[in-house]
Amino acid sequence: MKRREFLRNLVSAAPALGILAAGVKLGDYVEASETGRRTEAVHLYGMGIDVDACIGCGRCAVACKAENHVPDDPFFFRTWVERYVFSVDGGLRVDSPNGGMAAFPPSGVPDERRMRAYYVPKLCNQCRKPPCVQVCPVGATFQTRDGVTLVDPDYCIGCRYCIQACPYGARYLHPQKKVADKCTFCYHRIVKGLVPACVEVCPKSARIFGEPRQSNTPLWEFMKNHRLQVLKPNLRTEPKVYYSSLDSEVR
Amino acid sequence: MFERGLGVRPGRAAGDLMPVQVKRLMLLFAVAIGGFLVARHFLLPESFGLYGHYRAKAVDLVASQGLEYAGHQACPECHGEVATLKNASKHTVVACETCHGPAASHVSDPTQSKPELPTERGRCGLCHYYEASRPAGFPQIDPAEHGGQEKCVSCHNPHSPEIAMEGK
Repeated sequence: MKRREFLRNLVSAAPALGILAAGVKLGDYVEASETGRRTEAVHLYGMGIDVDACIGCGRCAVACKAENHVPDDPFFFRTWVERYVFSVDGGLRVDSPNGGMAAFPPSGVPDERRMRAYYVPKLCNQCRKPPCVQVCPVGATFQTRDGVTLVDPDYCIGCRYCIQACPYGARYLHPQKKVADKCTFCYHRIVKGLVPACVEVCPKSARIFGEPRQSNTPLWEFMKNHRLQVLKPNLRTEPKVYYSSLDSEVR
Repeated sequence: MFERGLGVRPGRAAGDLMPVQVKRLMLLFAVAIGGFLVARHFLLPESFGLYGHYRAKAVDLVASQGLEYAGHQACPECHGEVATLKNASKHTVVACETCHGPAASHVSDPTQSKPELPTERGRCGLCHYYEASRPAGFPQIDPAEHGGQEKCVSCHNPHSPEIAMEGK
């Protein structure tokens, strides 16, 4: 009978325990909000990429690494620049030497054989429906309410599942921290009203940061005046990085 | 045999509706579920699940990262003259830190660190050396033919790069 009473008491106490737990969490919320970002739910960040404007100087990739302390090795990038060179025989050469950080050497396709060529800056597409978030087994990668996909470095177990899941190759495993790392839209900057480092240093304004839902902003101006495309729209990831003049060969 | 199976109920005392096996099984389940809830309470990080399936505090953690690039708004406060010159030139959309590098530490304490002052040809060449993939109309030069091996800055002021050519 004692056991039964205990169980009965436990059942009746459950709601009270729940309220207690919720109270603890609310306390956390107040504390977490003291950094002054109570309005984050009203934002929705995105970026425009003007492919026609990009000169392939790679300042964005350099600035990204400096701002976010991304390892120097030529295969860790939060953002990088790709070069697409089409030759007259229908061939296509895509390269990105060290992410374009030292600009680009001659492509090797002689001028008379070249048909068209351009640069494409790449970064995390900050999908509205991010496959990387879906696969995380511990809830360490997530989309903030202002639409930025982040990694919780203290909670990530380094299983690399998200790196596999990203269709854009935008993630890597940090060699020292052993956690997944990716573009954050320079979250620490945008919450202070600054633009991401890559946008800051772009000498051609080929990257335009803003909020796609807000009018009378540089991004709005860009989205108003260009035909836009996102990468791999067939995957229904709903990226918030919008490319103008995107060729079908760019994936 | 069939009737015997229906009639005899092993393990159940007279008047008791629930077989003792079921009771034991229920106890087992109760312990397992209770144990799970207790373990969950202690293992679940604080602030997890406030906004979604993640630690709400991780947002603050990411947002607390320090700055390296101060942003172009910071520079004219002290360097107003050169900023005005640059903003009137073709380099108006080029941010100060595009060439001078990250300067947040310089902004927070101007005496302690100075941003870089690149003058080598290759630095200008990052944008202005001819590369066939660059958009048409963008000013580019062939480094082998343009300006000998002189530094670009000996003829061009990076803050106002246009040169008034004779006869133009």
